[in-house]
Amino acid sequence: MRYIDHHAHMASRTTDDYAQMALTGCVAVTEPAFWAGWDRSSPEGFDDYFRQLMEFEPKRAAAAGMQHYTWLGMNPKESDNREMSIEVLRRIPALLPGPTVLGIGEIGLNRVTTNEITTYTEQVALAAEHGQLVLIHTPHLEDKLKGTRITLDVLRQFPALPAGHVLVDHAEEHTVEAILDGGFWAGLTLYPQTKVSAPRAVDMIEKYGPERLLVAGACDWGPSEPLAVPKFIAEMRRRRHSEALIHRVVFENPVQFLGQSPKFRLPAGVTAAAATQAG
Amino acid sequence: MNRQPHPSPLSPVELVDEYFIENRNRIVEVAAFLDRLDRADASIARTDYRVRALADAIGVLSSTSPRRVQDIQLLLSDPTTEPRPALDRKGAVGAWARPEGGR
Repeated sequence: MRYIDHHAHMASRTTDDYAQMALTGCVAVTEPAFWAGWDRSSPEGFDDYFRQLMEFEPKRAAAAGMQHYTWLGMNPKESDNREMSIEVLRRIPALLPGPTVLGIGEIGLNRVTTNEITTYTEQVALAAEHGQLVLIHTPHLEDKLKGTRITLDVLRQFPALPAGHVLVDHAEEHTVEAILDGGFWAGLTLYPQTKVSAPRAVDMIEKYGPERLLVAGACDWGPSEPLAVPKFIAEMRRRRHSEALIHRVVFENPVQFLGQSPKFRLPAGVTAAAATQAG
Repeated sequence: MNRQPHPSPLSPVELVDEYFIENRNRIVEVAAFLDRLDRADASIARTDYRVRALADAIGVLSSTSPRRVQDIQLLLSDPTTEPRPALDRKGAVGAWARPEGGR
């Protein structure tokens, strides 16, 4: 089944991972800017990273037969560093017109500090000012509930930013309702240990329905799986859900959200071919 | 919002048939972990807030709540609302360390 992985840190992944994703039906990935697992020593380090996301990864994806789009921003893990964040944010407006840049992301909170909230708020303002889509990281584990509440509170301060242009990612059972109730898109990122497993993601589809819900593999530098979305598809089939419902979640929903950017366009034929899989 | 639930077409018995073994395995793994801690130092069940949180979560498993997973997620979450004034560390650990004397 053809699918789109809206949250895939391919810079952390091998060419073989691109090939495996393509072989299992992935037609496009979108890659949010994030933390490398260590703090960068200067703003210039972000220049190189953003160039990798905008120039190099699309070529690797194309070699596997996939499209690659990206999101730019100051990631939550380094956003407590205000001096660095100010310098990184200063660079972003000039990069937004890039042909594969879909918006601002992944931004948000990590340990929910006052500095992180300031950097996050500035990035939401940047997105609103430039009419960008937004992809938001919500904190891990015990920090998720509090961080998600504050994340949503900040978004409500920007009525110029349509809720439907915002994807609040890494949702779990205790945060997904508030995200959906706010009119935002909710992302379920599939991880082997943290965040959401495929069976629990299917549970949330069953409970809330498919509207404004997305699933992704994240496939970052930590324990994670580049083939998480096809494993989710297998789990949906294990529960005997219809091919039409699965297609909606893994293909139509990402097309609907990402397609709000005029830059996100699948090649002619891919959408038509994917439609035949819905049965 | 207008939610349209999509329950699994599997019957309750089919759900048990499909998922019993893997969940049997999970609960045996939890039991083995707790026994392992006891062999190392039984007092850690009282002194380590993460193990105490796990014990509280096991209590939720035995309840009849229709939202056990949300209850456990909330039990493991920081319930406070004020931002941290400064960064203490980079990562979360999985359970909230209640202030001394709190439950």
